[in-house]
Amino acid sequence: MTDFLGLYNYWIVIFLMMTGFYIVIARENLIKTIIGLNIFQTSVFLLYITMGKVTNGTAPILKGSHSGESHGAEGHGAESHGAEHGQELHSAAEGHLDSGVEAVTEIYSNPIPSVLMLTAIVVGIATTALALALVVRIREEYGTIEEDEILEMDRNS
Amino acid sequence: MIEQLPVLVIVIPLMAAPLFVLIGNRKLVLLLTQLVCWTVFGITVSLLSRMQYGPISYELGGWPSPYGIVYNVDYLSAFVMLFVSGLGAIVITYAPKSVEREVHHSKHSLFYASYLLCMTGLLGMCITGDLFNVFVFLEISSLSSYALISLGKTRRAPLAALHYLIIGTVGATFFLIGIGLLYQMTGTLNMADIASRLQAVESSRTMLVAFAFMTVGLFIKMAVFPLHTWLPNAYTYAPSVVTCFIAATATKVSVYAFIRLIYVIFTPQFAFERLPLDSALMAFSLVGIFVASVAAIYQTNIKRLLAYSSVAQIGYMLLGISMSNVGGLTAGITHMFNHALIKGGLFMVVGCFALRIGSLKLEDLRGAGKTMPLTSFAWVVGGLGLIGVPMTAGFVSKWLLLTSALSLELWPVAVLMLLSSLLAVVYIWRVVEILYFSPASHLAKTAKEAPMAMLIPTYIVIGSTIVFGCWTVYSAGIAHAAAESLLGITQMGGVQ
Repeated sequence: MTDFLGLYNYWIVIFLMMTGFYIVIARENLIKTIIGLNIFQTSVFLLYITMGKVTNGTAPILKGSHSGESHGAEGHGAESHGAEHGQELHSAAEGHLDSGVEAVTEIYSNPIPSVLMLTAIVVGIATTALALALVVRIREEYGTIEEDEILEMDRNS
Repeated sequence: MIEQLPVLVIVIPLMAAPLFVLIGNRKLVLLLTQLVCWTVFGITVSLLSRMQYGPISYELGGWPSPYGIVYNVDYLSAFVMLFVSGLGAIVITYAPKSVEREVHHSKHSLFYASYLLCMTGLLGMCITGDLFNVFVFLEISSLSSYALISLGKTRRAPLAALHYLIIGTVGATFFLIGIGLLYQMTGTLNMADIASRLQAVESSRTMLVAFAFMTVGLFIKMAVFPLHTWLPNAYTYAPSVVTCFIAATATKVSVYAFIRLIYVIFTPQFAFERLPLDSALMAFSLVGIFVASVAAIYQTNIKRLLAYSSVAQIGYMLLGISMSNVGGLTAGITHMFNHALIKGGLFMVVGCFALRIGSLKLEDLRGAGKTMPLTSFAWVVGGLGLIGVPMTAGFVSKWLLLTSALSLELWPVAVLMLLSSLLAVVYIWRVVEILYFSPASHLAKTAKEAPMAMLIPTYIVIGSTIVFGCWTVYSAGIAHAAAESLLGITQMGGVQ
């Protein structure tokens, strides 16, 4: 049961995918077909974004290693300061090491699927725009956007 | 400069297209488009001639291989790019008069820009080594071909384009789902990298689902038999020039992507032994060959007749791939090349008829053999190639396919192939009879011979089907090298 609910985003993906696909297959109205196509594509966007998400992950921005570097520079400064603080220095270095490890193990989500989907969204927009433009031309020629009526007119001509 | 050639193949037409929209002057744009196409063709020739020194791998932006996008040029991709760009160049040389007649003047510069984009997409699918990049290029070529098809003169053209758009987008989205699942399992998009990591996860169900989605997606794009319904209308109502180019190249590039999918990313063992794809492919191909050939016999429009014949010919290519030995693969790849020439040439002949007669109904073409003798003769030669008469290109690939079917002792397949060639005889002869032995229709009586500017490119393509029927070093020879390297790669993968 937890498996079932835990994967809820995949169920949403499958539901949207099948809804969109059904609309594409079943609807005669060309605009509705295009809407179905859009839903179908959106489900794939969700699929990708879902797989990029890591539990408890943050946004993938490089900040840990950067601050680690600046800490390191401070450490060097302290070293040149004086040898009598050796003990202190050692503990400080250990502290830096810890912060470095922390920076590396910081969990962040995988950015690549989201980036891929930016491209796919652009493709989707282009497809929709082209499809709508074609529907406009079909409507100018036939005066209707119902596919069965158009096919009927073609058979009679 | 030389080492930048792989990326120039893509960058030159891609950058040229928006520039040409801005220029807008149709005469200038036409000239520049021809220049760009021939330049790209020259680059692909030089890439193929470099193949004897080993495959080229080009890292875009200097990012090393699994992280950045790589362009891979090997025998197979160089060969496919060569004939795609070659036919692209020769069709655009043939184009001006036909485009003048069939496309509205205000749309000419947009037409040529879309043509270049379509070529960019097809070349990109061949050269890229990154799976997501394949999807992007697939959509570039598809979107521009939808736009090109919708420019046809009749009012059915936009509807045919919209049907193709809907089915094509579903296919491309299937492919995208497959890429996503593969990425989920392997964490990489680089084809070679995926292949090296696949063995660990090969047995999982996700892999099977990914493979199924990608296969079905590509089948839609290839117009394999039960998924071919978009093709006849799209080819019939598109402007002649667009049909020449798309019929000659687009489906073949999808076949190429399918070969990559099976032989480079997945292994033939996975596709053909764990899954029964080889027998399924063989069955679909053979049924497709027969159904589409019979459908072609009953058509009354010459373009639609050739469109159904294209569906049948895809079957021969897949038949070769499904045999999964060097002989069969060589036959499949050779047939990609030969069929591109033959079908490109035949559609160019049809374009000449469309220009002078203005109708593509068979009844209006009656008796055109007397008034348009050169065009009609080109049909006869190209038709012989399609049937597979000895000394033509079609014979070479069918012979290779037949010998490799016999070497695998697939007697029924061999017999069915020969029978299906008889069907091709029927539909080609039907047109020949109408052209030469029927009383002339009133449209054909007054028709003039097609202009030299169109006949010369047509005869170059049709003539090359004879050349490559007699001299196969650069068709079957390269295809053999490509097949060996494909199977060699997978054998190495097996040893590791």
